[in-house]
Amino acid sequence: MRSHEPRSTSSCAACKLLKRRCSPTCIFAPYFRSDEPKKFTKVHKVFGASNVSKILIEVPEEQREDTVNSLVYEAEARLRDPVYGCIGAIALLQRKMIELQHDLALARARLARYAANYSTGVAGTELDRLTMTGLGEFLVACGGFMDSFNQSSSYQVNQDAHMYDLTQIPYVYHDQL
Amino acid sequence: MSSGRCAACRYLRRRCTQDCFLSPYFPSNNPQRFASVHRIYGASNVTKLLQRLPTHLRSEAADSLYFEAQCRLEDPVYGCVGLIFLLQQQIHSAESQLIKTQAEIAVMKSQTQHPQTQPFRAISGSNNLLLQQSDNDANLIFSNQVSSGFI
Repeated sequence: MRSHEPRSTSSCAACKLLKRRCSPTCIFAPYFRSDEPKKFTKVHKVFGASNVSKILIEVPEEQREDTVNSLVYEAEARLRDPVYGCIGAIALLQRKMIELQHDLALARARLARYAANYSTGVAGTELDRLTMTGLGEFLVACGGFMDSFNQSSSYQVNQDAHMYDLTQIPYVYHDQL
Repeated sequence: MSSGRCAACRYLRRRCTQDCFLSPYFPSNNPQRFASVHRIYGASNVTKLLQRLPTHLRSEAADSLYFEAQCRLEDPVYGCVGLIFLLQQQIHSAESQLIKTQAEIAVMKSQTQHPQTQPFRAISGSNNLLLQQSDNDANLIFSNQVSSGFI
């Protein structure tokens, strides 16, 4: 009588999709559980299992979960918007940042005008501590505001990428996973 | 003959035909561009991604793939998602500063219009700025509408 060997533990989502045996040392298994098949499907579709494996091997183990999450996010963005992927989101945030910088500069200039008008009127109230402190800094900051904000960003997103025109409707196609 | 090969065919060490699909998007004068994209996506995936798109959008798509690949090579853990995090933090900071400045404008405006009233006392919380007039219960509360989450 043939003895029945116990079945191996269930394959991870990656090995199920790739139709291979899921070993105990499978690099995908901790991050692509069998109950989340779509997660690996998306990543495999955009990056390919081999490339994902290479990326994961290169990062420390304690950072692999974050790596997988960011890969999943990028893959989802690329599947949703095959032309721009994450770059669409980045361009949108950049635009919002520029608008905020503009609004903040206007607000600070307005505040400086109020403060200047106030200082020529009633003198020496408690309000001075709240708004007059650093008035000179405000006036200088309004002029150098845009420069200082740009310098604080360590990313130069327009090195090789263009500022994508968000008025263009993203090209969306319906893909069947 | 090796002359005239696009960056993709040169990298893949294959003959570059006249109708090579990748050559318009990976010219020979920028070998780094295809090398980066190939390392992250692979030639096959790049070809499939671009083939699904209308011709007039493929160049933009190749540009964005290159940018994302570069981000991932520089930061293998977060890639361009790290840039999204950074921008969101900067936006949050700018929004907070804007709200604070607008509150200060309201105070100044009030003082300019009603110089006889008591001054306001500003109490800054983590997510909102509460302005309380010391002699009455009139409160101006500005809450910080912070955008959160990915777009």
